Formats: sequence, C-alpha cells, structure tokens
Amino acid sequence: MKIAVLGAGHVGPVIARLALAAGCPVAIAGSGDPSRIEMITEFLAPGAVPRSAADALADADLVVLAIPWHRLGSLEPAMFAGKVVIDAMNHWPPADAPLGTSEEVAARLTGAHVVKTLNHVAYQDMEPPNGRAVGLAGDSPAAVEAVREFLSRIGFDPVPVGPLTSGRLLEPGSPVFGAAVRRPELEKLAKEQS
Amino acid sequence: MNTFGLDTFGDVTHDAEGRPLTHAQTIRNLVEQGVLADQVGLDFFGIGEHHTPDMPLSAADVVLAAIAARTSRIRLGSAVTVLSSDDPVRVFQRFSTLNAVSDGRAEIILGRGSSVDSFPLFGYDLADYEDLFEEKTHLFAELVKGGPVTWQGKTRSSLHEQDVVPFTEPFPTWIGVGGSPQSVVRAASHGFSLMLAIIGGHPGRFAPFSELYLHALEKFGRSPLPIGIHSPGHVAPTDEEAQEEFWPHYLDMISRLGRTRGFSTPTPESYAHEVGPHGALFVGSPETVAAKMARTMKTLRASRFDLKYGIGGLSHESLMRTIQLYGTEVVPRVRELLS
Repeated sequence: MKIAVLGAGHVGPVIARLALAAGCPVAIAGSGDPSRIEMITEFLAPGAVPRSAADALADADLVVLAIPWHRLGSLEPAMFAGKVVIDAMNHWPPADAPLGTSEEVAARLTGAHVVKTLNHVAYQDMEPPNGRAVGLAGDSPAAVEAVREFLSRIGFDPVPVGPLTSGRLLEPGSPVFGAAVRRPELEKLAKEQS
Repeated sequence: MNTFGLDTFGDVTHDAEGRPLTHAQTIRNLVEQGVLADQVGLDFFGIGEHHTPDMPLSAADVVLAAIAARTSRIRLGSAVTVLSSDDPVRVFQRFSTLNAVSDGRAEIILGRGSSVDSFPLFGYDLADYEDLFEEKTHLFAELVKGGPVTWQGKTRSSLHEQDVVPFTEPFPTWIGVGGSPQSVVRAASHGFSLMLAIIGGHPGRFAPFSELYLHALEKFGRSPLPIGIHSPGHVAPTDEEAQEEFWPHYLDMISRLGRTRGFSTPTPESYAHEVGPHGALFVGSPETVAAKMARTMKTLRASRFDLKYGIGGLSHESLMRTIQLYGTEVVPRVRELLS
C-alpha cells in the first residue's frame, strides 16, 4: 500500500513514520520544492521519499492530508481524482460549531474519495498507537475499507462512525475529540452523539 | 556548560482558601519568585507571554525589568515572546532595553505561539501563522546583529540603513519549538539556539529533532549552539505530595486545552504515566525530578533545562517552595548526575 503524506509539519512526519514501520512505502510532500524538506525527512521520517505533491500523489494508493487547514485552497483538485484521501485536519482556530472539514474537503477535491480520521488524536499521542480506537467517516465503502486496513496496519483500532457528514462527530467540541479510548467506548460516544 | 532555569506563564495564583488573587498581586508575587530564583542560584528566569484572564502576563518584559533591578546574577528572558503578532523592531527595543537595565542579562525565546490569543487581539489573521513567523524571525535576526538594518518584507514597513536603539551587547536568542520541524531548521539557519517545549508524551521522541538541529547547524556552517528543554513540573519534599498538589490543576488545565487541541483528558492512569520515567511531567521529589532531568538532557543532547513551574490554582507559597527545592536540591543533584 503506497502512501502519500501531504504536509511535513507536526503531524505529517508522525504518520509517515507509522506507515513506514508498517512496511508501507511513503512519499512526503511539503509546500513547494521537495528539496526544502529533505533534511526534515532524513531525520524525522527516514525511509520516506520527499517528492512534489503531484509526484507523490501520482502512484499513491492512499493520500493523507496533514496540512494547515487554511492551505486547503492551494491544492490542485485534479491531482486527487479517484484517490482515497484521509482528511486528518481540523479548523484552526477552532470553529464555534463543528462545520465538517471533510465535507469542505470533498467539495473542493471533487472526484476524491474522502475519509475523515486521525484528526481527533493529538500528534504527540499517536506514537505508539497501542490499539487506540480511532473513528473514521466516509461515503465510499471501498475507501472506508482501504483506510480501515491502513489504520489497522499502523496499529490503531479503526471504528467506522458513518458517512462523511458523521465526520463532525470526530471534530473539536465532540467528546470523541482527544478521547484516548478503546473500541467499545468510542462506539458508545459516537452513538450518543449521532 | 549546563545551565538551569525556571519558566512561568504567570498563571493566576490562589490564596490558602483557593480564591484567585488579583492580577496585580499575581504579578507582584512573580517578582518575588524571580528574586528567589536568583537567590537559590538558578541561571535563568523566563516569563511566557499570554493574554488571558488566567494568564495575565501580556507585558512580561516590564516584570523582568523589575526582577533585574533586584538581582545581579540571574539571566532574564521570555518563554516565549509571540513574535508573530508583535513588531520585531519593538520586541528588539524592549529586550535590548532589558539587556541594558540588567547589565547584559537578557535572553529571548521567540515562538510562533501555541496560545493564539494575541492574533485577534492585535488584528492578525491566523491564516498567516507560518508566514508571519518566518518573515519576522528573519527581521529579528538582522536586528539582533546590531548596526543599521536594511530590510524589506510584507508584514511591516521597510527599513533602510535604520539605527534601531538602544545599542547593547548581543543577547542570546532562542526559538521555542513545540513540534514543528520547520522551526528547528529555521532556528539553525538563523544561528539561534533551540528550545524544545515538551509538554506531553515521551520526551525521548524529540531526539530526532536534536539530531536534525545539530545537522542543520553544520549544514548552514554555524558553530554549535545549545539545545534546551522546557517542560512542566512541580517539586515537593515527597513524590506523593508533589503529585497530589499538581494533579487537580493539571486535570483542569489539560481538560480545557484539550477541547481545542485534541489532548486526551487526563486520567489517573495517564497522569501516572506522565509523571513516570517515560512522561513529560517533572513532578515529584527532588531526587525523582533530578534523575528524570539528567536522563532527558542526555537523551536530547541538551545543555539547558528550564522547568516550567506554576500551574494555575496553586498558591504563591507552594510555588516558592518549588523554586527553593529546585534551586537548592534538584539542580545540584542534576549537575552531580551529569558530571
């Protein structure tokens, strides 16, 4: 399973490391020229290959969006057509009411199969995953299945919570956000919210 | 040489009955805490800029100047200065003035700000978060060199052969990094020291950041510079006492922050992990805290440790005791362990 991680900030290198440890080839892209993140990749995600976003996406089976929310508008939608895309982003600053980032991502990246997940785990709590339950929400059953498989491989316990609109259950303001729990508890929290 | 400091965000302290003190009293107490830090032989005292009712230290440099007037040895600085929402020229002027008042004891730690209250307050857009810091750090690097500055950018008016006063001796500049690898590389590229803010999780996971920094310094042709660690803690005569005092306030603060940042709400189990050997809280008896500090400094190749003391809700007296124990017992023990 080839992974493209977009974003070389707080979160991107962490997910890249987890994917590499699970045996997935990883390409990582920051904003701009790949040479800008060579050093960061060498030390923080050794084994990942710094590439341009377009090159990283071209042969990826799975794309992880870990860029600042306000950079969403800078993504070229055509590159994402037909791709399974994990939205791991949050509104920053937090929105007063959950707005559903993934619905906005899906509206911008038309043709992508968006799945919201991992946004509700702080980057410093991701390593090691230790079987922590993570919610995932998406409209395409095949995409949800692919993401579910990926999350299991890297060490999380994926819990589908519904279609993309249910991604709101995973956002700031929801009890699921930041909750370090196991499957039964996450299922219960999600059920109470829906 | 290893150096040891204390950082505070100036959280409002409470009286013996648990009632919050006024902002004015909290700030006057902070001056006393800085003076005690000097008396117990610490190397650095830093105040982190915040703009909220529970952390009212919006003008930390004024407080540092008051501490400077009553001390002669301890170095004084920010932890951090939110440069992104300030004017680098003005920041330089304030700290260069502090450097004069304190007879060359000023330091500054620049940060992007993980508390972003200053952005709306001063009319900045969080969408410019990275660009503001990038550009303003660059200008600050020019200013701190001394001499006339020529600079052009998007975030303030241009400078042409501009004298920015007062002229004082150059003072140490650090960049505070929470988890952004770009900030590590940026610190190295400007020749600024690296302060790792480790507030949760295993401190050892920052080791690749230290390696990245040292490699980047070399690549940019810079001489070696210190790596520092900033981590929260609390010291009392016994582990149990320290942990019990700290817990309710820690639970309260992390629960509030977690709602916007995704931190897990602490449980007794997660707390036990954080205060244990693999967590980021330096809470315990002098011996426990010293052993953990020494280990962490070695792992991260750090020569500076700043204990961030004083979580909101504790009393001034309790903080004074932490400072006393940190200076007279913890730090001497760490020096011994590292020698």
